[in-house]
Amino acid sequence: MNKLIELKNLTKNFDDQQVLRGINLDIYENEFLTLLGPSGCGKTTTLRIIAGFEEPSDGQVLFNGIEISKLPPYKREVNTVFQKYALFPHLNVADNIGFGLNLKKVDKSVIAQKVERMLKMVGLEGFEKRDVTLLSGGQQQRVAIARALVNEPKVLLLDEPLGALDAKIRKQMQVELKKIQQEVGITFIYVTHDQEEALSMSDTVVVMNNGEIQQIGSPTDIYNEPENRFVAGFIGESNIIEGVMIKDYLVEFDGFQFECVDKGFEDMEEIEVVLRPEDLDIVDPEQAKITGIVRNITFKGVHYEILVETDLRTYMIHTTDYAEAGREVGLKFGPEDIHVMCKMGAY
Amino acid sequence: MRRRKSGSIWMILPLYFFTLVFVAGPLLYMVALSFAEPGAGYGVNWSFSLDNYKRILEPVYLSTFVQSFKLAVTSTLAICLIGYPFGYFMAKMPPSRKKKAMLLLMLPFWVNSLIRLYGWIIILQNKGMLNFILQKLGLINEPLKILYSYPAIVVGMVYVLLPFMILSVYSSAEKLDWSLVEAARDLGATKLQAFVTVSLKLTLPGLLSGIILTFIPSMGLFFIADILGGNKIVLVGSLIQEQMTRGNNWPFAAALAVVLMILTTAMIFFYRKLTNAKELEGLG
Amino acid sequence: MKKNSKLSGFYLGLIFFLMYLPIAVVVVFSFNQSKLPVAFTGFSLEWYDKLFHNSAMMEALVNSLILGVLSCAISAVIGTLGAVGLSRIHWKSKGILEYISILPLMIPEIILGMVLMAFFYMLGLPFGMLTLLIGHTVFCVPYILMEVKARLVGMDPSLEEAARDLGASPFRAFWDITLPLIMPAVVSGSLLAFAMSMDDVVISIFVNGPRLSTLPIKVYTQLKTGVTPEINALCTIMLGVTILVLILYSLVGKHKGGKNEQTDRA
Repeated sequence: MNKLIELKNLTKNFDDQQVLRGINLDIYENEFLTLLGPSGCGKTTTLRIIAGFEEPSDGQVLFNGIEISKLPPYKREVNTVFQKYALFPHLNVADNIGFGLNLKKVDKSVIAQKVERMLKMVGLEGFEKRDVTLLSGGQQQRVAIARALVNEPKVLLLDEPLGALDAKIRKQMQVELKKIQQEVGITFIYVTHDQEEALSMSDTVVVMNNGEIQQIGSPTDIYNEPENRFVAGFIGESNIIEGVMIKDYLVEFDGFQFECVDKGFEDMEEIEVVLRPEDLDIVDPEQAKITGIVRNITFKGVHYEILVETDLRTYMIHTTDYAEAGREVGLKFGPEDIHVMCKMGAY
Repeated sequence: MRRRKSGSIWMILPLYFFTLVFVAGPLLYMVALSFAEPGAGYGVNWSFSLDNYKRILEPVYLSTFVQSFKLAVTSTLAICLIGYPFGYFMAKMPPSRKKKAMLLLMLPFWVNSLIRLYGWIIILQNKGMLNFILQKLGLINEPLKILYSYPAIVVGMVYVLLPFMILSVYSSAEKLDWSLVEAARDLGATKLQAFVTVSLKLTLPGLLSGIILTFIPSMGLFFIADILGGNKIVLVGSLIQEQMTRGNNWPFAAALAVVLMILTTAMIFFYRKLTNAKELEGLG
Repeated sequence: MKKNSKLSGFYLGLIFFLMYLPIAVVVVFSFNQSKLPVAFTGFSLEWYDKLFHNSAMMEALVNSLILGVLSCAISAVIGTLGAVGLSRIHWKSKGILEYISILPLMIPEIILGMVLMAFFYMLGLPFGMLTLLIGHTVFCVPYILMEVKARLVGMDPSLEEAARDLGASPFRAFWDITLPLIMPAVVSGSLLAFAMSMDDVVISIFVNGPRLSTLPIKVYTQLKTGVTPEINALCTIMLGVTILVLILYSLVGKHKGGKNEQTDRA
């Protein structure tokens, strides 16, 4: 795959506030890349810099190897789907979609044709003359996507496009967005704070916090091998425990030593361990090293969420087995369930 | 809803009473009066005649209407050109500066308009500041006679009415979703194209309501023409006032007012047709 | 981007300068020794002294203040009750009533002034404080009505319903819940109405009668006949009062716009 966009050491200050602190990121052709993070982490700013709505305070944006950070938005081969769609209320569906082509003085009949094809792709055939303000959220969303894609950009930027939709339509749109991306075969850069959205659609997930990239990787990497406490905590639920890496493949926490699959740390390095709740099993106390008392059990639909209090902390366990409150139990997990990560300072 | 009704009637009664007696009543009386004939003194002979309306068509009075109309159009045009960019720029400012600008805008708006006009008299008079500066700069030899002229009236009109235009443009530009402008830019529009195709179109209701809010009063603000125009130019407003006080012809004044009222209502009607809006932007 | 905002900043600054220029000129000349507003010959408080000893002027000021306060108070009651009532009642005539009640803001003042004069004459009302009061109330009510109405639109209707649900009578629900919530709008509307009343010439000149004079009328007649610098002093004082009122207004406004706009730059 070819590199399409390179962000080099991007920083951005608003007044005295540093919103981006040195972002380095390569984005490839045909990639579905998601910028994931809590609000205020700098993901939208990064997107707006790529779109050309903001200039970086420092650093470079390369597009096919050419520096574009000073280029105005209308000269870039990228288009944006805005958070609240930003459909022009005074134009109908067809005029909204044809807006960009109209500016380029494309022939009217060609525009009509392209608009029709786009509407078909997003599943809104026959909506040409509708008033955009009267469409449902999901429909407005589709028009916004069509309006951006009709210009045949090399990259489509999506800023929390599903945020305003209700849960059911959101699920449906996730599937459709992925389908559209594969159909048109261009790069999508997607911004969201919803980890589930990020994991289910993306080829690459970029986890951001405090204006810095925390981890770049495939959804499975991010989930299974979080590089630090922030990523582990932000993606899915986890038990995060401080410990010590005795040597390769051997880690100690909560007063016990466990075999693990991680290596490459220094001997006796202080680390943190992630244990995902669904990787933990409830067993009889004598079968496990770590034991504790069941404090709370909640039915979550598919599984139970059980809180087990040990001498040192409370573990969260997701399991289909029932364990009544007050019972003493053991916690069992295999070497592959232990994820060791570098210790972070401030969290 | 029904349950709440009984308790609410007493709240609305004062408004009903007051509005019907002191707003609707006088306006209806004006219409009736316009068909009557003047009697002795302030008296009125009740009859039904169209004489008053016919009289408006006499060249003397018709030219007053035309003159007022011309002045109103000139003033409104100037107000649009000055006020639209002002309101638009103001809406684009960051929130903290917006508040300060709003305060600055409202302050002179609240100072008695006569005082502010008097300030202009001081500036514009023959031996005033403007002529002094122009002469010092060597741009003119003789002082310009600006005061008591047509341009002075326009200056006064613009000055007094400008805030109305600014406020109504501002309130409509405020509501403008800036991401729409960004969207237009993103879709390939230059700044100018984005402004014309999106911003201007969407702030048009504000501009139109600003036009109404300035055009209508400018037909009636007789005191501006009085003070700055030195009675040289007779406007409909001045004419009505004269007929009410010195002329003692109330029915004719009423007819003039009815015509003015019809013009006003027609403008508001067209505004609503054009924008589908219920209320004028920026009022209140 | 930066160049543009500088340009628009310059433009706003220029217009603001022109807006304040005449006011500044008036203030400066109020401290002038010379009688002619041509050149500043020296600092003096003479005109303030003369102003305070000008009984006709002082009387006009008192008249204006009484008129402003009274018409503002009456309008506040009528306008506030009316706005709340209008939000609850669904009569067919409601739309027309609302339209007529804000009509005074939409028609030229001159029409309003002349029809009120003719109408009061027909009713046989003596021209004076009473007619001025009614006249000013006519154009003050809409300001308060619209401010309160705008505030009510943003209010959660279930608040009052909750009060009713908890056993409050309609009156108590209004007094304890709705009124405190709309109070900022009532106050800011009233202040606006007060300012308008203090500023009005057109309507006052038609309904004031031969003996009673308000401050704006006094200023107007002086401007027409001949100006003494006392007027500058008076203007400066009125400006001071207006600024005071404006500060009050903005303090109330702070309560009103309680939530700060926050832009999310995620």
